[in-house]
Amino acid sequence: MKRLFKPGLLIPVVLIIILAIWPLLSGNSASSREAMFTLIMSMALASSLNIILGYTGYVSFGHIVFFGIGGYAGFWAITELGWHILPAALLGGLVAAIIAWLLGLAVLRLRGAYFALATIGILEAMKALVINLDFLGGPVGLEMHFSEYKRYGGPMQSLWMVYWSMVALAILVVLVSYFVKTSKFGLGLMAIREDEDAAEVMGVITPRAKTWAYVLSAVFPGIIGVLFFFKNGNIEPGDAFRLHFSIEWIVMIMLGGAGTVLGPVLGGGLYQWLRKTLLTSPFFKDYQLVVAGVLLLLIVLFVPTGIIGWLRARSHKLRRIFE
Amino acid sequence: MGDVLFTSAIDGLLIGVIYGLAAMGLTLIFGVMDVINLAHGPLIALGMFGVYLLFTFMGLNPFVAVAIVAILGLILGVVIYFIAVNRVIDAPPLSSLLSTFSVNMIIIGIGTALLSTSSYNVDYSLGTVNLGFFKTPGARIAASLVALLTTALLYLFLYRTRPGKYIRAVANNRISAELMGIPSTRILALAFGIGVMLATVAGGLIATILPINILAGGSYELKSFVIVVLGGLGNPLGALIGGLILGLIEGIVPAFMKTTWVPVIEYVLFVLILLVRPQGILGAKE
Repeated sequence: MKRLFKPGLLIPVVLIIILAIWPLLSGNSASSREAMFTLIMSMALASSLNIILGYTGYVSFGHIVFFGIGGYAGFWAITELGWHILPAALLGGLVAAIIAWLLGLAVLRLRGAYFALATIGILEAMKALVINLDFLGGPVGLEMHFSEYKRYGGPMQSLWMVYWSMVALAILVVLVSYFVKTSKFGLGLMAIREDEDAAEVMGVITPRAKTWAYVLSAVFPGIIGVLFFFKNGNIEPGDAFRLHFSIEWIVMIMLGGAGTVLGPVLGGGLYQWLRKTLLTSPFFKDYQLVVAGVLLLLIVLFVPTGIIGWLRARSHKLRRIFE
Repeated sequence: MGDVLFTSAIDGLLIGVIYGLAAMGLTLIFGVMDVINLAHGPLIALGMFGVYLLFTFMGLNPFVAVAIVAILGLILGVVIYFIAVNRVIDAPPLSSLLSTFSVNMIIIGIGTALLSTSSYNVDYSLGTVNLGFFKTPGARIAASLVALLTTALLYLFLYRTRPGKYIRAVANNRISAELMGIPSTRILALAFGIGVMLATVAGGLIATILPINILAGGSYELKSFVIVVLGGLGNPLGALIGGLILGLIEGIVPAFMKTTWVPVIEYVLFVLILLVRPQGILGAKE
C-alpha cells in the first residue's frame, strides 16, 4: 500500500481525475467531455508507448498499428457478433497483445533505426492488408448502426460510459507505467535502453523482457482503439492505421519527457491542448502542423529530455516528486 | 497475355528507375551519417511542385526545370542539415528521426496551407514512342533516361572528384576522415544536400509523367524505404536495383491479382528482408 502513496504516482493520477471531472463542473458538458476525452486518451496512448519507447529505448514508430488492430477486432465483434462494448474492448486489447507478442519475437531482434523502419513497414503492411479484407469492409471499413446505442440506454449514456471507461483505463495505464518503472522488470528494461549487450551480460533475459514490454505497450492502445471507434461509430483503414497519429504520440512523449511516468501524461495533455488552441485561432488554423513541427524541432534540439526530464535534472527535490 | 505482361514490365522498369533515384537520396544520407531522413517524402513533393511552378508560371521546359530544382534542392538540403540535423548527428536514432520528421511536418503544413491537397498536373507531352511491339509515352522514357543520367553523374561525383571521395571517406569512418584533415561537418552538409537534391529531382521527374499533390511524396517515401532495404541501407547502386525490382513488381503483379495487393506484397517483403537479411540483397554500405 505504501507504494501507492508516492508523489510520483499520485501526481499523474490526480491530474487525470481533475481533468476527468471537469465536464461535470463546467456548463457545456458535452463539448468539454469530447475535449477531455481526446486529452485523456492521448495521455493513455502516450503512456503506453512510453513503456517500449521511453523505458526500453525501442522506437516503435508505427505503434498505432495496435490501436487499429484492436479497434478492428472489437468493432467487428460489436457489429458482426453483437457483443457488448466492454468485452469487445477487452477482445481488442487481447488481439493487439497477441499480435504484438508474435511480431515482437521477430522484430525486436532489430536495433535502432532498423527497428523503427520495421514498425513503419508493419503498419503499412497491415493497412494494405485490411484494405483487401472484405469481411472488414475493405477500403470503406465498417459502420455501426445508430440503433446499437439503444442497448446502452441511448447515445448520450453510451458516450458517457465510453468516457468513464477511458478515464479508468488511463488511470490503469499510469499505474502499470509506474509499477513497471519502479520494478525489477523495469530496471531490466532501462538497462536494455542504456546498453543492451551489457544488460544481457548482467543477467537480463533481454528477448523476454523486450517482448513483454512490447506486449504491455500494445495491449492498451488495442483497448483504446475499440472505445475510440465505438464512439466514432465507424472504422476505416485510413483512420485506424495513420502513421501520422503514432508520430504525434512520440511528440507527446518527447514534450513531457521520455522514460518518465508523468512525462507522457503531461505531454499528451499539453500537446492536445495546444493543438486545440491552434485549431481555433484564426491565424494558426492553417498552420497548426507547422507550429507543431517547429515545437517538436525545438524540443529535440534543445530539450531532448522533455519538460519532466529537464525539471528532474534541475534539483534533487524535484527528482523525488516527479517519477 | 505475354505482350501485355511484357509492356507492363517495361513500364514498371521505366518508373522503377525513378523510384530508385528517389531511394538513392535516402540511402546516401543514411550511408554517410546514419540518419533516416523522414522529410524525404515532402522533399520529393517539393521537387514536384518546383517543376510544376516553373513550367506553369515561367513556361520552362520541365526537364530544364528539373535542373533548376536540383540546384534549389541542394541548397535546401544544406540549410536543413544545419538547422535540423547537425545538432543531433551523434545523438540516439530517435533524435534524428524526430528532427527530420519535424521538417516533414513543417513542409507539409506550409504546403497544404498554400497549395491545398488537391491534384495538379504538368500539362506536357512528348508524344508516344512506338517500337512496334511496345508503346509508351515519350515523357516517361525521357524521365527514366534523366534518372539514369543523374545516377551516372552521382557515381562520377562520388568516385572521381575530391568532394565525392571526401564523402565516401566520411561515410567509411568519420573520425579517421577528420584526422586526415577532412572538414567533416561541411562534408556531411554536402552529402545531406545531395541526398535532398536526388529526392527533389526524382519528384520533378515524377511530375512530368504523373499527376501530383502535396501529400503524394508520402507514398514515394514509403517506396523508398522498401527499395533501400531491398538494396541494402547505405548502398546507392543497390537502391537503383531495388527500384527496378519494385517497379517490376508494380508492373507485373496487377496482371495476376488486384492492384490493391501490390502494397501488401511490397511491405511484407520489406519487413521480411529487414528480418532475414537486414544488409539487403546486395549488402549494406561499403
